[in-house]
Amino acid sequence: MSHENDSTMPVPGNDDAAPHAGTPAVADPIANPGLPAHQPRPTDVDKAAERRAERQVATMFGLSALMAILFCVAYFTFEIGENPDTFLGLGASNLALGVSLGLALMLIGIGAIQWARKLMSDVEIVEMRHAIASSEEDRKDTVAALQQGAEDSGIARRPLIRNSLIGALAMLGLPAIVALRDLGPLPGDALERTVWRPGMRIVNDVSGAPIRPDEVEIGQLINAEPAVFFETDPEGEPLVEGHELQAEKAKAAVIVVRMQPRDITPAAGRENWGVEGILCYSKICTHVGCPISLWEQQSHHLLCPCHQSTFDLADNGKVIFGPAARALPQLPMGLDDEGYLVALSDFTEPVGPSFWERGE
Amino acid sequence: MRFLSTRLSAKRRSPLAGVVVLLMGLLFTGGAYAVLSPASATDDLASDQALVDQGRQLFLVGCASCHGRNGEGVVTKDGTQYGPSLVGVGAAAVDFQVSTGRMPMAQPGVQAPRKNPVYNEEETRALAAYVASLGPGPSIPTSEQYDPDAIPEGEREEAIVRGGEFFRTNCTACHNFNGSGGALPGGKFAPTLIGVDEVHLYEAMLTGPQQMPVFSDDVLEPEEKRDIIAYLKSTEEAPNYGGFGLGSLGPVSEGLFAWIVGIGGLVGFAVWIAAHTTRSKKGSQA
Amino acid sequence: MAINTNGKTAAKAEKPSKIGGAASWVDDRLGLATATKKQIRKVFPDHWSFMLGEIALWSFVILLLTGVFLTLWFKPSMAEVTYLGSYDQLRGLHMSEAYASTLEISFDIRGGLLMRQMHHWAAMLFIAAMFVHMMRVFFTGAFRKPRELNFVIGGLLLMLGILEGFAGYSLPDDLLSGTGLRIADGLMKSIPVLGTYVSFFSFGGEFPGDDIVPRLFTVHVLLIPGLLLALIGAHMLLLVYHKHTQWPGPGRTEKNVVGFPMMPVYAAKAGGFFFIVFGATALMGGLMQINPVWKYGPYNPAEVTAGSQPDWYMGVAEGLLRIMPGWESELFGYTISWNVFLPGVVVPGVIFGAVLLYPFIEAWITGDKREHHLLQRPRNAPNRTAFLVAMMTLYGLLWAAGGNDILAVLLKLNLNTITYFMRVAVFVLPVVAFIIARRWAISLQRADEAQLLHGYETGVIMRSPEGEYTERHLPINAETAYTLTARDRDQVFELPAGEDGSGVRAPHARMDRLRAKLSKFWFADNIQKPTREEYEAAQHHAEHELAVHAGEAHSADGHQFDGRHDVHGEELRKH
Repeated sequence: MSHENDSTMPVPGNDDAAPHAGTPAVADPIANPGLPAHQPRPTDVDKAAERRAERQVATMFGLSALMAILFCVAYFTFEIGENPDTFLGLGASNLALGVSLGLALMLIGIGAIQWARKLMSDVEIVEMRHAIASSEEDRKDTVAALQQGAEDSGIARRPLIRNSLIGALAMLGLPAIVALRDLGPLPGDALERTVWRPGMRIVNDVSGAPIRPDEVEIGQLINAEPAVFFETDPEGEPLVEGHELQAEKAKAAVIVVRMQPRDITPAAGRENWGVEGILCYSKICTHVGCPISLWEQQSHHLLCPCHQSTFDLADNGKVIFGPAARALPQLPMGLDDEGYLVALSDFTEPVGPSFWERGE
Repeated sequence: MRFLSTRLSAKRRSPLAGVVVLLMGLLFTGGAYAVLSPASATDDLASDQALVDQGRQLFLVGCASCHGRNGEGVVTKDGTQYGPSLVGVGAAAVDFQVSTGRMPMAQPGVQAPRKNPVYNEEETRALAAYVASLGPGPSIPTSEQYDPDAIPEGEREEAIVRGGEFFRTNCTACHNFNGSGGALPGGKFAPTLIGVDEVHLYEAMLTGPQQMPVFSDDVLEPEEKRDIIAYLKSTEEAPNYGGFGLGSLGPVSEGLFAWIVGIGGLVGFAVWIAAHTTRSKKGSQA
Repeated sequence: MAINTNGKTAAKAEKPSKIGGAASWVDDRLGLATATKKQIRKVFPDHWSFMLGEIALWSFVILLLTGVFLTLWFKPSMAEVTYLGSYDQLRGLHMSEAYASTLEISFDIRGGLLMRQMHHWAAMLFIAAMFVHMMRVFFTGAFRKPRELNFVIGGLLLMLGILEGFAGYSLPDDLLSGTGLRIADGLMKSIPVLGTYVSFFSFGGEFPGDDIVPRLFTVHVLLIPGLLLALIGAHMLLLVYHKHTQWPGPGRTEKNVVGFPMMPVYAAKAGGFFFIVFGATALMGGLMQINPVWKYGPYNPAEVTAGSQPDWYMGVAEGLLRIMPGWESELFGYTISWNVFLPGVVVPGVIFGAVLLYPFIEAWITGDKREHHLLQRPRNAPNRTAFLVAMMTLYGLLWAAGGNDILAVLLKLNLNTITYFMRVAVFVLPVVAFIIARRWAISLQRADEAQLLHGYETGVIMRSPEGEYTERHLPINAETAYTLTARDRDQVFELPAGEDGSGVRAPHARMDRLRAKLSKFWFADNIQKPTREEYEAAQHHAEHELAVHAGEAHSADGHQFDGRHDVHGEELRKH
């Protein structure tokens, strides 16, 4: 048996080689005693236990088959769609399919493993490892073959060919890169501007209703958009739609808030950017661009739900906490002839996350 | 009967008579309010002087220490608000704060959490009447305003879809996609919306309690508010299609369950697979 | 050395069996017998920790199966459609085809929701299992020569798995996945010089464009799975070629591998485990709701939800982004957003680079050029163990930081305080964890040595005639004693003579000095196993002690059946 042979094997534990040349090998305190004798399991010696284990495994396989059938039954039994069947407030179809499939699979797995544990031979066997590296001879032959190949091609002796080939292969990288040029348009100044124009109304998001200052109360938050998103051309088609709308929304979304005018400390030049304590800020975080609208009306703080940058809207959108570096851009705001809130201009700086070219 | 009436008439001029009449009047009006449609009566709560007076009594005992004897607010020495002024907050704000138990606060703190209400329904109405009398403000909404069941059957589905749009635009940022609530700076939080009464949802939007912004009726119209409530209630009633919700907190709780249930369970199986089975004593001696 | 092929009865060669017939048919055409004769009885050692990688492998298979099911209905398109499916709350809304088809899979395809949820759970398990597998390999030193390259392949698999997961997370085009892409866009834009170009070329124009979902779809179902498949193939081939590592023990050496044969035991165990992983995934998909996209709604760049988090495996990057202070600088009119670029691009890159290089760094410090097939117990490599514990601490902290808003709500803590705490803790706590883990490991080494030299504590208190109380120690059995000593003796790298003095500078003197210092830190405090002389001296001492109690002629009461010593004639009761 293997374990008897093992104890006489001339393998001295694992100190077979000293890690550094010149360090003396120290004898191991205890010699490897070899594999312990195999001890049979109850199922190896007891026919009754063996038959019991056999029955267990077969039962599990049988139950698995039953579960597979139940899966098919559940598939056709439970309604999904508009009027789904429910069970304890859960979707019945998903629940029944998941549980029956899960049990069908799991019972096969548990049965197979029980089979292996109880009934298959559990005598540990020994396999010798081979050297990972090839034999010295093979290595020599391979190196020789490589050298022969290099020699025959003359790659070392003909630097002109070698270098021009390297150059040609390197140049092939260029088409590979250039071919990807049309992945997208060049950025240009797209990030520097939004659809806001002087006189464009600031309207309620979703409903598109324009806003009058007297409708806005102290502490009010309005998630707003430029009116152009809700306008249609003479044929009744929206002016901005589809992915163009999404891209513009990703820059132009704003929030309108109202505070006590005495609480606001506008920066120089921003004194006339608000109307009676109503201010309009970009909704796009200057950190990585999440829309922010967690406004605390009493503290005037605006929190980003993604990374918790906090801006003080009473103080020109200054960052007071979190990873954002720049103040939230403010949209200059005034009233049009009918008394609705309008933008006085586009944003005076790029909105959203920072990028390399955004500096002045 | 005769006996009783003579006794009453005899004491009609006693100094206590006025108080008794007042109390009976209060009881009657209270009872009448409770029996007759209470919602329709809310609009002119403040015009019911008796209720206002009762509210004032309650206010002086329970609220004035923070909000001032006349609801004018109390400013601390360093200029911060101890309790804000209640002039103009309206009956809706009182109904929301008091009947969800947020007011009176158990102790001063960054945020008044929801708890069991201290005042009963009638006392709350009295307080609301008193505060409404301090200055014009939003009144308690009527059930047609907030009750999704008031939406005609044919328009309900469309209303729910529109409500979802408003909800995701205005509410999810703080209250989470499921209405499960979320964190705010400085230990504050946006509370869960699940299981909150429709009227309180409406009042919260209308009055902007604590740090919550105001969504006035002029900007977010009453029907739009009702749509939001209809959406919330419809998702609350909808089954969990995919199984247990794991708190509906998003990927964080999902990741936690993947590690604990998934990896934990499978490592348990791996231990079982590799574990040595019991050995037979009989065998070892054989 | 005859290799035992076990089996209680030898296979009969005379009569060609059914298996034999089929095998010859195949071998006549493919000639596989030579290649597979050894593999069929290939030995795999048995230990629970060797099955962690299997969880990852089987999760990958489940991902392929469920993923194919999903592609039958999923439409990777950002074209705008009006939703007319079964889910009431969204009917009539404009949304991308990708989102609409995800809703269709969830509500109108029977079993579709189950497959979607299984796919998502399996993805979470896939990456989590790769993590725990890698931790096992790291803790036990299984990455040492000759397996360094397989460790690197494993690291690449983990990285690709994370990218694959993120691509899949972004496909449904719901509010959460769109927010994730928005953040990815922010990360791209933070790259100096190239940022805006990377963003515009990825999204096919300005974020969000209408290209990203189809592009990510191709990456998700073709490019990365192809790479994963190739690398998994290489990983497994190398595993077969190197043969599995094993724990040291009686009969287990650097030269052999002891365990169960591929056929039938391992096939049954590994195959059975596949079904268990598959079944567990199905149960999770049936019982636990994951990523309810219908509640998030279609992506809208003006909307966001509280609790916007990535899946757990991106939690570290998310945590880094959250606790980073808002640093940004302007150079010659150009903006560098350190607050995004460092945590989003640089730090993850450095961490991954360090992981991939770790085997080579450790080998350089220890100067160990030998092959290792026996595993180390974590305690026997205290610095490595402590390093990984420190990394796990850091990972856990960043993970928690990535969920700081959820923590704040659930534990009623202050969001800002958590962030301030984390900013300090990510620097301090890993160091603390390192020191504790290192000392802990060394203490365990001491405990091992004490057991080896002085025996185990029996718990039996002896009173000597003088009245002195001592606890009786009994020697541990030979197998355990051997197992405790079956490990390397650490060698501190010493500077060759003359190099540390003012003598002639060797070319690598500076590096050598650094290496000597590191090596000393690495090994100097470790407890080495006793020499043969020390062990024998201790044995003599123990024998003497036993002789003192020889008159008792039996082991201490209650210890007859602890399995550690002979109990012949000492049975308490007959049966």
